[in-house]
Order: sequence, then C-alpha cells, then structure tokens
Amino acid sequence: MGKIQLQGVRKVFGQVTVIPGVDLTVDDGSFVVFVGPSGCGKSTLLRLIAGLEDVSGGHIFIDGRDVAGLPAAQRGLSMVFQSYALYPHMTVRGNIGFGLKMAGTPKAEIARKVEAAAATLNLTPYLERKPGQLSGGQRQRVAIGRAIVREPKAFLFDEPLSNLDAALRVQMRLEISRLQKDLGTTAIYVTHDQVEAMTMADRIVVLNQGNVEQVGSPIELYERPNSLFVAGFIGSPQMNFLKGAYAAAHGAPTIGVRPEHMRAARGGEGWKGVVAVAEHLGSDTFLHVDLAEGGIVTARVIGELGLSAGDAVVLSPDPARIYRFDADGKAVAK
Amino acid sequence: MSTRQTRTAGRLLVAPSVVLLFVWMIVPLVMTLYFSTLRYSLLDPGSEVYVGLENYRYFLTDPAFFASLVNTLVLVGSVLAISIVGGIFFALLLDQPVWGLPIIRLMVIAPFFVMPTVSALIWKNLFMHPVSGLFAWIARSFGFTPVDWFAEMPLFAIIVIVAWQWLPFATLILLTALQSLDGEQKEAAEMDGAGPVSTFIWIVLPHLARPITVVILIETIFLLTVFAEILVTTGGGPGLQTTNIAFLVYAQALLQYDVGGASAGGIVAVVLANIVAFFLVRLIGKNLEA
Ligand SMILES: Nc1ncnc2c1ncn2[C@@H]1O[C@H](COP(=O)(O)OP(=O)(O)OP(=O)(O)O)[C@@H](O)[C@H]1O
Ligand SMILES: [Mg+2]
Repeated sequence: MGKIQLQGVRKVFGQVTVIPGVDLTVDDGSFVVFVGPSGCGKSTLLRLIAGLEDVSGGHIFIDGRDVAGLPAAQRGLSMVFQSYALYPHMTVRGNIGFGLKMAGTPKAEIARKVEAAAATLNLTPYLERKPGQLSGGQRQRVAIGRAIVREPKAFLFDEPLSNLDAALRVQMRLEISRLQKDLGTTAIYVTHDQVEAMTMADRIVVLNQGNVEQVGSPIELYERPNSLFVAGFIGSPQMNFLKGAYAAAHGAPTIGVRPEHMRAARGGEGWKGVVAVAEHLGSDTFLHVDLAEGGIVTARVIGELGLSAGDAVVLSPDPARIYRFDADGKAVAK
Repeated sequence: MSTRQTRTAGRLLVAPSVVLLFVWMIVPLVMTLYFSTLRYSLLDPGSEVYVGLENYRYFLTDPAFFASLVNTLVLVGSVLAISIVGGIFFALLLDQPVWGLPIIRLMVIAPFFVMPTVSALIWKNLFMHPVSGLFAWIARSFGFTPVDWFAEMPLFAIIVIVAWQWLPFATLILLTALQSLDGEQKEAAEMDGAGPVSTFIWIVLPHLARPITVVILIETIFLLTVFAEILVTTGGGPGLQTTNIAFLVYAQALLQYDVGGASAGGIVAVVLANIVAFFLVRLIGKNLEA
C-alpha cells in the first residue's frame, strides 16, 4: 500500500514562496514523474513528502494518515539521492542493511534481505566492497538497493540518473521501471529530462514555478497539452510556436506544431522557407527552416530528402495536429 | 617531472636544500651522541674523559627516569583524551547554526595563540592560586576548603593547563572535518531511521576517523616535549611528580651541570619519540590510506 495525497501543500523559504499550494494524488503502485525546468521546486516538493523539509502549510496523507508532522523515519518512505549519498566507510552490505539495522531487525534476517536485494540488482559480487571501489552505475544500484530493502510504502527518486553517461542512463531507466513494476511499489521520480519522464511514467506532473501545470499520462500530455508551457516541455525536439500571419490564419494569437507533424517538399502548397541547417541522422532528418514571413521552425522528416542548407522548401503541417493557444498561453479547444 | 631531463634537473635543483637540511639535522645529533659518551661537567670544564655508555647506564637506572617516563605518558595520554573528546563536543556545538558564530569561533581558537609560559602563568596565578585564584574563591564561596592545585594534584593541574591549550586545535580541525560531511549522507541516514545518536556513531564518527588521527599525530609530537608549563608552575615537583623526560634532561644539564648525562638523556628521548612515532605512523598509515 502506498497512496500519497497532497492537500494545499505550501513551502516558504524566508520571504520566498517556492511552493504556493499543491494538490495532488499519487495512486498506490503508480509511477509518477515530476518534471519541470530547473528551480521550479521539484526537489523541494519531493523533500516535503520525504519529511526532510517541514511544510509551511497543508497536509500530506500517506494511506489516509496525515504525516505532515511526522519525522522522515516514521513515514515509511525511502529515497534515492542524486549524489547517491552512500556511506563511504561501510561496505555495500553495510550500506544496504543500515536501515534494517536501525530498525532493530535481527542479524540473520538483515543478511537474508540484503542478499536478496543484492541478487535482484546484480550486486552480489560486490557486497564486501566499499562504495569508493564501485563504478557509477554500481553505486547507483547500491543506492537503489538501500531503498528497496526496507520494503517502503513508496520510493522517492531525485534525479537519480543525472550523474551517469547516456548509455548507462538508458539501461538504468529500464531497470528502475522493471523493478518498480515487479515490486508494485509506488514511486515518485523527479527529473528535468522529458525523455525519462515520457518513458518511465504512468503519470507525469508538470511543475511550473511551484504550481502543478498539468497532470496526465505521457500520451495525454503529448496529445492534449493544456498550455503553451506543457506543450513546449513535453516532446523532443520541442514543439514549434508561430505567431503573426501563420497564427492568424488559424484564428489564434499563437499556434504550435510539433516537428514530426509537418511534411517537407520541394514545392507545392504550404509554408515557404529556406533550409538554414539540415541535421542528417540517417533514420530521419531535422530541418531548421527560415520561414518567408518570419520565424524559424524545426521539421522532422523520415529518411533522406536530399535537402541541404540554402535550398528552398515548403512545409505542410498536419491540420489536425495544429495546437492553438490564447494570449495567456492556455490551449484553445479545436 | 616526466622526462629524464626534467627529473635530473629537479634533483640538481633541490640538492642544496636537501644537503643543508641534512647537515642542519645531523651535526647536532652527532654532537649530542659524542657528548653523551663523555664525562662532561660544567663545574669542571676541560676535564672531559671518554666513559663509553656510562652516562646511559646512569640515566636509565636513575629512578627519576622511570618516574618521568610514566609522567610523560600520562601527560600525553590524558591531554590527547581530553582534547579529542572535548574537541568533538565543541566541534559539534559550533557546527550548529548559532548567532555570532564567527566571534564564538575566534574565542574558541584564542587559547591556541597564547604562549605556553603566559598561559601557565595565568592558570597558576589567576585560576589555581590557593589564596587569590578563581577556583579558590569559588570553593570558598561554597564553603569548601580551596584546593592547592600544584601541591595536592600537580600533574593533574598541568594536564588541565596543557589540555586547555590544545583543545582549540583539536576543535578547529574536527570542526573543519564536520563541515565537509555531505549533508545528503545525513539525510540518507535520517531516511534510514537513524536518530541523532545513531547518526553520530555510524556516520559522523567514521567520517572523523582521519582528522582524529591527524590530531593525535600532531599533538603527540608537541606533547612529548611539554616544558614551559612545568618550568613556570611546579619546576618538576613536588619531588618528581611533574617531571617529564624533557624536564629531566633540562634538570640534568642545567641544575646538575652534567652535560654528558643530559646528552644521554636527550638521545634516550629521541629514541622514545621514534618508538612512539613508529606506532603512530602505522596507525595513521592505516587510517589515511582507506
Ligand atoms: N533551503 C533553501 N532556502 C532558500 N531557498 C531554497 C532552498 N532550497 C531551495 N530553494 C529555492 O527553491 C526553489 C526550488 O528549488 P528546488 O531545489 O526544488 O528546484 P528543482 O526544481 O529541484 O531544480 P533542479 O532541477 O535544478 O534540481 C529554487 O528557486 C531554490 O533557490
Ligand atoms: Mg532538484
């Protein structure tokens, strides 16, 4: 069990309001990802849930019980830190078993649980090593082992993969997702990497300056962003935003089109422009196009089109996939 | 320093200072060794004769030697214990966010800058004086008989004075180490359910192991040769109660005018210091490598 509810949670540091008031429900067993730009309060919100910071107002319920006043240890959550925060003078075994030892678990049971956790994470050969003798990925796994061994109500992750290289990040991403599904434990995961958010999450919470901008499944957010902010944040490469004549033609101050929802051709009807840069990836080509009536857009074209910088090009957006936004940046229904 | 040429040049360039340092060290040592084999009394100069190891036999079999060896060890051990336990305590206090921390820190460090002779005089006359001292006044105002520190518990009094001087040093080193402890590690321990005491035992103390060894090493070097505090307060007495090896050598040379015996004592002290250093370096080596 591990249902987490936030009700009007606020956080103020001195004069600065970092979290003005968040209402949110995290269902038992779900994988929820907090995304948002740097400094938007993701870590702060996570630390409030963990109990590492005191709330300035509001309630936090775990399985229906208000824990806002409880110390971190009594909330039954475990956390994986960005720096891993392993205990450098303890072996891997000591690190993973520390929480159980503090809980007064009998030695034999600690050994059994630590070994089981190590086996799940392929850490068995390293149990007697110190963290200093492990690679980055192994340290990451020890940090995860420390979190799972206590069988918490929920895992909290604060950008756990940001210190790893790209290949390892992809691998660990899969491992964490698989582990979470196998254990069925609720997880809250903070990242500013929207690819991690899209691939791992059951539900994504987009934060903007401490406010929840939108909550939904990855595909919901991709297909129906309810604001310019979310539209720009979800999807890679970023959605193109156009103003002026292009937008006026669709009856809105701003319109948005994703790069993958445009077709490029050498002639015909559509938005005329000149290729500024063409990035050839083999499988697809990213065209950065200077439009005739101002603005630069990115189009993603499957395969090779034979276009290079300086060539004239005509882009035709899929009319069903044009998003319209009002002057406040809110999405307008079609 | 990677090519052969730069290595040779490097050696040539440091050679003069190495030679100078070596000569600087070896000349006094050899002279002391030489004096220690002579009967050399300042009362009867010019009559030096070679006596072999006689001075050593005399020094080592002197009951004063054993007493002062014990005093030296007690002094070093007690001051180490007080300054490390106290140092950890003060470092933990100063690591808290307190108002006016820079000033408090400066005040804690201050005793370290007071000359040993001056601090011994202050303690002797202002604090521990049986008639006009602060402690005597406190004792009297509670209706107790004042303690005559240097007569009744002289070694303890000296330990207090020396510990007072070295406590700031330990505090400073340990405080710096505490401040370098990763905050996320403490938070991880908090999430793991460790209370303040468990966090201290399992996270903070192991983190301090290295700085503690450094404090032990440095303090031991200086504590083996404590001298000014003894000279100013008790003069080694009453009897031999506060005579340590350094003071014994001084007494031998300048109170008994026996240069030969004092030199032998000096050499014995060097050997003892090296034995201590040997164990310390092994201890430190283990702690600094990990
Ligand atoms: N202890 C603190 N005192 C004052 N302000 C703080 C404190 N901790 C965080 N803040 C402020 O709160 C805001 C949110 O910080 P937070 O660490 O939650 O951002 P974040 O979304 O995790 O960013 P990032 O992606 O860079 O990690 C920032 O503007 C930060 O300066
Ligand atoms: Mg953060």
